[in-house]
Amino acid sequence: MNPVRKKRLFIVLAILAGVGIAAALALSALQQNINLFYTPSQIAQGEAPAGARIRAGGLVEKGSLERGQDSLTVSFRVTDGIATVTVRYQGILPDLFREGQGIVALGRVDANGALLADEVLAKHDENYMPPEVTQALEQSGMLKHYETANRETPK
Amino acid sequence: MIPELGHLAMILALCMAIIQGTLPLIGAWRGDRLWMGLAQPAAWGQFAFLLFAFACLAQAFLADDFSVTYVAANSNSALPWYYKLSAVWGSHEGSLLLWALILGGWTFAVSVLSRQLPEDMLARVLGVMGLISIGFLAFLIVTSNPFERLLPQAPADGRDLNPLLQDFGLVVHPPMLYMGYVGFSVAFAFAIAALLGGRLDAAWARWSRPWTLVAWTFLGIGIVLGSWWAYYELGWGGWWFWDPVENASLMPWLVGTALLHSLAVTEKRGLFKSWTVLLAIAAFSLSLLGTFLVRSGVLTSVHAFATDPERGVFILAFLLLVVGGSLTLFALRAPVVKSRIGFALRSRESLLLVNNLILVVATATILLGTLYPLLLDALSGTKLSVGPPYFNTLFLPLMALLMFTLAVGVLLRWKDTPLQWLLGMLIPVLLASVALGMLASLWFDDFYWSVLAVSLLAAWVILAGLRDLLGKIRHKSVLQGLRSLTPSYWGMQLAHAGVAICALGIVLSTQQNVERDLRMAPGDVLELSGYRFGFEGTTHAEGPNYVSDKASIRVSKEEGSEVAVLHPEKRLYLVQRMPMTEAGIDAGLTRDLYVALGEPLENGAWAVRVHIKPFVRWIWLGGLLMACGGALAASDQRYRVKVKTGVRAALGMSNRGVQA
Repeated sequence: MNPVRKKRLFIVLAILAGVGIAAALALSALQQNINLFYTPSQIAQGEAPAGARIRAGGLVEKGSLERGQDSLTVSFRVTDGIATVTVRYQGILPDLFREGQGIVALGRVDANGALLADEVLAKHDENYMPPEVTQALEQSGMLKHYETANRETPK
Repeated sequence: MIPELGHLAMILALCMAIIQGTLPLIGAWRGDRLWMGLAQPAAWGQFAFLLFAFACLAQAFLADDFSVTYVAANSNSALPWYYKLSAVWGSHEGSLLLWALILGGWTFAVSVLSRQLPEDMLARVLGVMGLISIGFLAFLIVTSNPFERLLPQAPADGRDLNPLLQDFGLVVHPPMLYMGYVGFSVAFAFAIAALLGGRLDAAWARWSRPWTLVAWTFLGIGIVLGSWWAYYELGWGGWWFWDPVENASLMPWLVGTALLHSLAVTEKRGLFKSWTVLLAIAAFSLSLLGTFLVRSGVLTSVHAFATDPERGVFILAFLLLVVGGSLTLFALRAPVVKSRIGFALRSRESLLLVNNLILVVATATILLGTLYPLLLDALSGTKLSVGPPYFNTLFLPLMALLMFTLAVGVLLRWKDTPLQWLLGMLIPVLLASVALGMLASLWFDDFYWSVLAVSLLAAWVILAGLRDLLGKIRHKSVLQGLRSLTPSYWGMQLAHAGVAICALGIVLSTQQNVERDLRMAPGDVLELSGYRFGFEGTTHAEGPNYVSDKASIRVSKEEGSEVAVLHPEKRLYLVQRMPMTEAGIDAGLTRDLYVALGEPLENGAWAVRVHIKPFVRWIWLGGLLMACGGALAASDQRYRVKVKTGVRAALGMSNRGVQA
């Protein structure tokens, strides 16, 4: 092999190795950091893996919000119309967190099937519903109910 | 009446765009000077009509014309006038009109400032920009007309602007961001025009360089403003969330940064031509992708406002057309002539190549993390999201590597650099930066590897810049030497210093951040790392369109001297019944004291969030320095005065090169 070809081969191999390593690193980082979404029904049926960080979402059940006396501990129930899941959270809830609204919580499921959330998300726009929540409600047939209830409130 | 005029103006602008996007291109192909000459007047006409349409919409907002659907949905008579004006781009339709207007503005600027370009080149550039404009104006008119009326039942008052957007940061953030996004269309148009004309040379790189610099500068300012806004307005004290929409603005910026550096090589040395063209296509495509992500509602994002999937399909089709079309053209026309110019391993060329590779890999990892949930959802229906740790573990080491190579690249010369000389330059820099890094990490109480690494790298970058500066002026007196350096050199130095400062801010504010969420009743005092936060209760306050609970929190040093009285607020915007958090911030160069109210608890107590964020301002300061660097470099005289002769010379040279 002449030196020029040898040099080229070396460059090509180096690039391939670099791309391979980068892709492997990226994919493994991706694998470790994805948060799968589960509906309340799925969590109630025990489909959510214990100990792994997941996303869960649904509507906050009216009248379910309870606050701790001296700390910022809150608990509330999230529903997709079929099943409900209790969410416990320590900290400040987002501005648009309200009973009856769609939210997404990130956290781990404990032994009793409650979600210990470390993050609760509600969105910027009042009419906005997280796509996952919309789909969860569609599956359970609750979306229509929710939409009619919403339409009754004057805009 | 006026909204109808605006609508008409929009349609006329589309007609102008159609003329501008077709005839000059055909003219350039057939060598017809008359048809090529149509590009400029069409571009001016388009800009004038768009300006008029935009003015009509702004008038509808200022005059509270709630018979216009878009105004009724996004404004209210109680809104202060400046927010009424900014509400023009407060939602989908208006922001698209702003997008189209800015595109018209860029086109106008190109047609006015680039008269020295060869006729066919100018016609092609304007033609390509016309084609882009056709896409956007058609989208605007067909799916998202801002002038649609709510007749005959016009509401008495509007539904108000989303309270989150009622803020100075959000008045300027979207226009800046759009200036950047759309500005990359100029670089894109230059690249496509060069491909069409089959003339990819140093002259082309020199023409598109200032435009790319300006677009990159605006995009940088836009991102900084967005991050700053998120910090004080969302009330979480965070400044970057790896949210898909933030990623969508960061990706074109990263590729744009790569493009700037690769353009430099193409201009100075005539290398990397195909690569530069590819980057120009990528930068604009990523800008379009950003628009698609924001406007289609396919993503779960803090920015995802209620959106319409049909619009998403239109933008996706447009995106595919642009990417597919330009890549096909690239495959057909990319330079067949191999450049015979070589360069050694220890040369500025190879280090700029490394810079490009790192930036592109960083962009690719962000793209993967942003699109992976979408792809998986489309393929298997699995819903998931990718968390910030993914981005942090990949992006931060890459940026550290980038900073390491940056310093070497600044010192290296074109073509080849003697090793002995390079070591002589770098070893003092290395020793000094290790010493400074150690000192900095000892200065903080606890030792962290990340703090050591970032202070070392920041010192490495800044000291290498200084070393280069000293090397440049060593034969002259200091004053004379400093004056002899060009604005683009100063721009480079400024931007690189900005990188170092931004990195310092990011790591220090994250690592040394102290925060506490707690319940505070009036009279409660929190002691947190040397500061005392005394909660003095809330009072009721009223604004033009909101009521608010305004807290007073007295902050003092532990030994007693008062630092500030902060007034975080919890506002309730009356029209949308939407609560908003206004953080109370005492800003400082070395630390921010940040207090935000959560929700009211019983007996006048509140959930309160208290942060102490060291060096957080440095993040935005660094970002602004980078933008200033870009602006300074773009102002360089050589892009204007000598362009004419420079272009001739370069053309002559490159022609000879092809013949040889």
